[in-house]
Amino acid sequence: MLADLARGLATTLKAMFEKPVTIQYPEVKRPVRTRYKGRHFLKRYENGLEKCIGCSLCAAACPADAIFVEAAENTDDERYSPGERYARVYEINLLRCIFCGYCEDACPTEAIVLGDNYELSFTDRRSSIYTKEMLLEPVPEGGQPTPQKTPPGMFSRAIPEMKDPD
Amino acid sequence: MTKMITLTIDGIQVTVPEGTNIVDAAKKAGIDVPVFCYHPKMHPVGMCRMCLVEVGRPVMDRATGEFVRNEDGSLKIQFNPKLETGCTTPVSEGMVVINTSDKVKRGRKDILEFLLTSHPLDCPICDKGGECPLQNLTMAHGPGTSRFLFDEKKHLLKHTPLGELIYLDQERCIQCGRCVRFQEELVDDPVIGFSQRGRALQIVTFSEPGFDSIFSGNTTDICPVGALTTADFRFGARPWELNAAASICQHCPVGCNLTVNVRREAVAGGKVVIKRIMPRQNEWVNEIWICDKGRFGYHYTESAERLTQPLMRKEGELVPVSWEEALSVVVERFRQAGEGLLSLAGGRLSNEDLYNLRKLTEGVGGKTALYTHMSGGEAVIQAGLGQESNLAELGKGDAILVIASDLHQEAPIWWLRIKQAAERGATLIVALPRPTRLEKFAQHVLRYRYGDESGLILAMLNVLSAKRPSLPQRVNTLWRDDQVQAAAKAFAEARNAVVFFGNEGVGLQASQSLAQACLNLLLVTDHAGRPNNGLIPVWQRPNDQGAWELGWRPLPNLSEAMGQARAMYVVACDPAGDDPTLPLTPDFLVVQDLFLTATAKLAHVVLPALPFTERMGSLVSGERRAQCYYPVLPARPGPKADFAIVGQIGKALDLDLEDRLASRVMQRIAAEVSAFAGINYTALAHAPQQWPIIGREDLYYGGTTYENKQGIGVQLPNAIQRGEQVALGWPDLAQMTDAEEGLLAVPLSKIYDSGSTLIHSTLLDQRRVGPVLWLHPNDAAANAIQVGDLVHLQCGQASAMATVVFDEQVPQGVILLPRSAGIPLHEPCRVQIGVVERS
Repeated sequence: MLADLARGLATTLKAMFEKPVTIQYPEVKRPVRTRYKGRHFLKRYENGLEKCIGCSLCAAACPADAIFVEAAENTDDERYSPGERYARVYEINLLRCIFCGYCEDACPTEAIVLGDNYELSFTDRRSSIYTKEMLLEPVPEGGQPTPQKTPPGMFSRAIPEMKDPD
Repeated sequence: MTKMITLTIDGIQVTVPEGTNIVDAAKKAGIDVPVFCYHPKMHPVGMCRMCLVEVGRPVMDRATGEFVRNEDGSLKIQFNPKLETGCTTPVSEGMVVINTSDKVKRGRKDILEFLLTSHPLDCPICDKGGECPLQNLTMAHGPGTSRFLFDEKKHLLKHTPLGELIYLDQERCIQCGRCVRFQEELVDDPVIGFSQRGRALQIVTFSEPGFDSIFSGNTTDICPVGALTTADFRFGARPWELNAAASICQHCPVGCNLTVNVRREAVAGGKVVIKRIMPRQNEWVNEIWICDKGRFGYHYTESAERLTQPLMRKEGELVPVSWEEALSVVVERFRQAGEGLLSLAGGRLSNEDLYNLRKLTEGVGGKTALYTHMSGGEAVIQAGLGQESNLAELGKGDAILVIASDLHQEAPIWWLRIKQAAERGATLIVALPRPTRLEKFAQHVLRYRYGDESGLILAMLNVLSAKRPSLPQRVNTLWRDDQVQAAAKAFAEARNAVVFFGNEGVGLQASQSLAQACLNLLLVTDHAGRPNNGLIPVWQRPNDQGAWELGWRPLPNLSEAMGQARAMYVVACDPAGDDPTLPLTPDFLVVQDLFLTATAKLAHVVLPALPFTERMGSLVSGERRAQCYYPVLPARPGPKADFAIVGQIGKALDLDLEDRLASRVMQRIAAEVSAFAGINYTALAHAPQQWPIIGREDLYYGGTTYENKQGIGVQLPNAIQRGEQVALGWPDLAQMTDAEEGLLAVPLSKIYDSGSTLIHSTLLDQRRVGPVLWLHPNDAAANAIQVGDLVHLQCGQASAMATVVFDEQVPQGVILLPRSAGIPLHEPCRVQIGVVERS
C-alpha cells in the first residue's frame, strides 16, 4: 500500500519537472495552422490597387448572409481597382460569420482571404461590422493608396486580366 | 377562323394556329427551345442558330397526293438530315419535332462554344449576370471547356456610351440583332444598327443625341447578354439582391404596369432605395414595354427636397409643426369656411384620395374642382373604350382616329400599339394641323386649322348624314374635302373603331366640345358600347379619368371661383406655379403636395403627402382600366397618404371617412359609384395567364420583363354597357370664330419636360425641352424675328419669355410652345410677340 502511494507521488514528482503544456494566453500566443480561417482581409495588388471588384459573389455565397457589398464604377481619375467596377461599400458582420471560407472560394479575383486573426470579441453589435477600411490590408511598399489617378487606357478591361483557367 | 395545325414535339401533341413557328408551338406545350435572336414580339430572323431542332415531316406520295404509311398504319415520317431553326420554321400538319436528341444537343453545344469564343468572362461584374440568357443557356446546354485558344479572344471597347442613357459593351455583344430589330420593326426609331461584317461587326448609333429613341430602355430588357445596360442601373446591384414590388407608371394616362426593384443601401443610410424600374407584362395595356420616361423618371419619389413634415405660417414664415397642430387648425378653418371652401385636386391623385376629398368637401358644403386644362370626361364615361377591349385586337377592318394629340410624345405606349394596329391593317386616321410621327402609318391624314377640331369631326359626321346641319363659317364646307370624305367613310364602315382625342390646340371649353363631337361620331356610326370601340382621352395626368368617374369636374371659370373662395384646399397641383396670374388669396390656403411648390409657398398650412411608391392606391387609365399600385418602399416618417390626411380631417369634422386602408375606401367607391360596382383590390389583383409567357426562368425567350402576378386591373363598363341611355348632344361651337389679329400660341406636350415629377431625373437633362417656341420661318420674317431670339409673349394678363426655334412644319400663323417647360401658357391664345434680346 505504501508502495502504491510512493508510485503515485513519483508520477506527480516527475510531472513537476516536465515542460508545461498550457500556454499563457494572451501573453503568449500559439501560432495558427497554415489553413486556419480567421478574420478576413481584402487584398491589394503590388501597386496598391484593390483586388476586390465589387461583384458581390462572396455575399451571394455566404450561408450566414454576413457580407454586404455595394458597387460603383471606377474612373481613371479615381481608381480603386484595375477593372471597371469596385466595392464602394464592403462590410462583414463578424458576429454572423461562421468562417466557412465560401467567400474565399467564390471570389473571382482572390481578393478576399481568411487570415490568422481569431481575436474577435465585441462589446456591442455595431462594432462587429467590419468596414472596407478595416478589412483592407495595408498598402504594400512601393504602392499607392486608393483611389489612384491612372493614365487613360491603362486599365481598359472589365475585370483584371486573368490567366487561362486551364 | 385560322386553320389549326397539330404536330408532335418530343412526343407531346400540340395544336396551334397555322403560321406559328416551332419555338412558339413548343412553348405552348411547355417545352423550352433555347433562343437568342428570336423574340416572340418580333419577326424571326434565324441569326443565332441556337434553336436548332430535328424536324420530320410526313412523306407524301406525289402521284396520289396521299400520305405514305408504315406497315403498322402510322404515317411515315422523313427527317431532314440537317437540323432546322425552330424560329423560322412554321409548323405543318403531322410534323414531328425532336428537341432532345443527341444531334440537337450537339448542335446547341457547338453554337454556344462558338458564341463563347469571343464573349468575355465578365460575369462577375456584368449587370446582366444572374439574369443572363447566355449564362443560363451555357449552364444548361454549353460545353464545359472550349477548344479555342483563350489568348485569342478578341478585345474591344468596354464602356461605349450609345447615348447618355444606354451603354454598350462591344465585347459582350453576340450579334443577335434584337436591339436593332426592336428599334426598326417595333418602334420605328432605326437609330442603331450593325456596322462592319463578321467578327468586326458592331452595334453603332447614328443619331444625335446618341440612341435618340424614347423606347431605348427596352433594348436592355431584351438584350440576351449584358451588351446593353442602362446608365441608371449600371453597377447598381446584382439582380439576385433586388426585391421587387408591383406598381403603375404615373407619367401618362396609359397606366403601364411596372415592377420596381429595390434594395437596402449603405450609402443611403441603410434606407431601401429604388434601383431600377422594369416593365411588368400586361398584354391589355403595355404588353412588355415601357417608355424611357417611365423607366428613368422615378427619381422625384426619392428626392431630398420632398416635404417631410407639416408646415404652418407663423409671423409670415412657414415653420414646421406637428400633425396635430396643423390638422387642428385646418379642421377649425374648414368648419368656419363651410360653403366657402374650394377643393382643387390634380389628376395625380389616386381614386381613393379623390373620393375622400370630394366627400370631405361636400360634407363641409364646399365646392370641388379638378385642376386640368382638358375637359371631356363625361363623354368618356358614356362611351369610353368598352369593357373587354384590347388595342392589340384591332386590325384589318377596324379604324382608329387620333385627333389633337401627338401620341408619340404624350402617351408613347399608345403610339406603339396604334402603330402596330395600323401595321396589322387597321385604318388609321390622324388629324392634326402639323405632322407627327404617327402619320407615317396613317391611311388618312387630315389637316385643319387649330380651333377647328370639333368642326372637323362634325364635318365627318356631315359626310355621313343626309341632313348636314350647318356649321360655323370656317368649317361649313369642310365636309366636301376629299380627304375628310374618305376618312369619314372609312371610319363609318369599320367593324370596330376607336377615337383618341387630346388637347393640342384645344382649351378647356373646346375640349368639351371636341369630346362631344367625337361621342356623336361614335354613336352615329355605332361604334360605342362594345368591346374594342369607344373614346380614349389623352389626359395630361395619370388619373384624370378616375377623377371624372368620381364626380370631379374642371370649373370653366376657375379664377372667379378662386377669387370667391374663403378657404382653399389645393391637393397635388400647383396653380400658382403654372399661372402666376391666378388669384390665390383666400383667407386660408392649405396645400397638400410632395414638394414645396409655388402654391405651397403661399399657403397658410402645408401638408406633406406620400408619393405612389410608398403607399397603396388605384388609378383609372385613359382606356378606363382601373389598376392598383402597391407600396414599393417603406413610407418615410412624416408624410402621410393623401386619402389618410383627408380622412383624418374628415373624421375631426364628424364625417364618416376611412383614413387607414385604401382598400376600404375602394369598397365605399364600389358601393357608391356605378362604374366601379363589384370592384375591389382582390379583383384588381386578378392575374390570368398571358401569352407570350414572359418573365419566368427562361429569360432568353422574352427578356427580363417581369411576369404579372399582381394583377392586370379591371376595365370599367361604360354607361352604354351599363344599360344607360346615351343621347347625341350638340357641341358648343361658340368659340369657333374667325381668325383674330396676332399669332396663335398653342401649347403642346413634349415627353421630357421640366414638370415637378420629371425635373429630379437629372439623367434626362440633355433631352429636356427648354423654354423655346417653334414657329414657321415665314411668320418669323413677318414679325422680324430671328433664330435664337429671346422673345416676350403677351396673352391677356399672362406673359412669358421663350427662345425662338424655326420649324417649317409649324403651320403658318401659329407658334408652338412646350408645356411644363417654364412658359406659363396652358391654353391656346392670341399673343403679342416682341424681341427682348438678340443673340
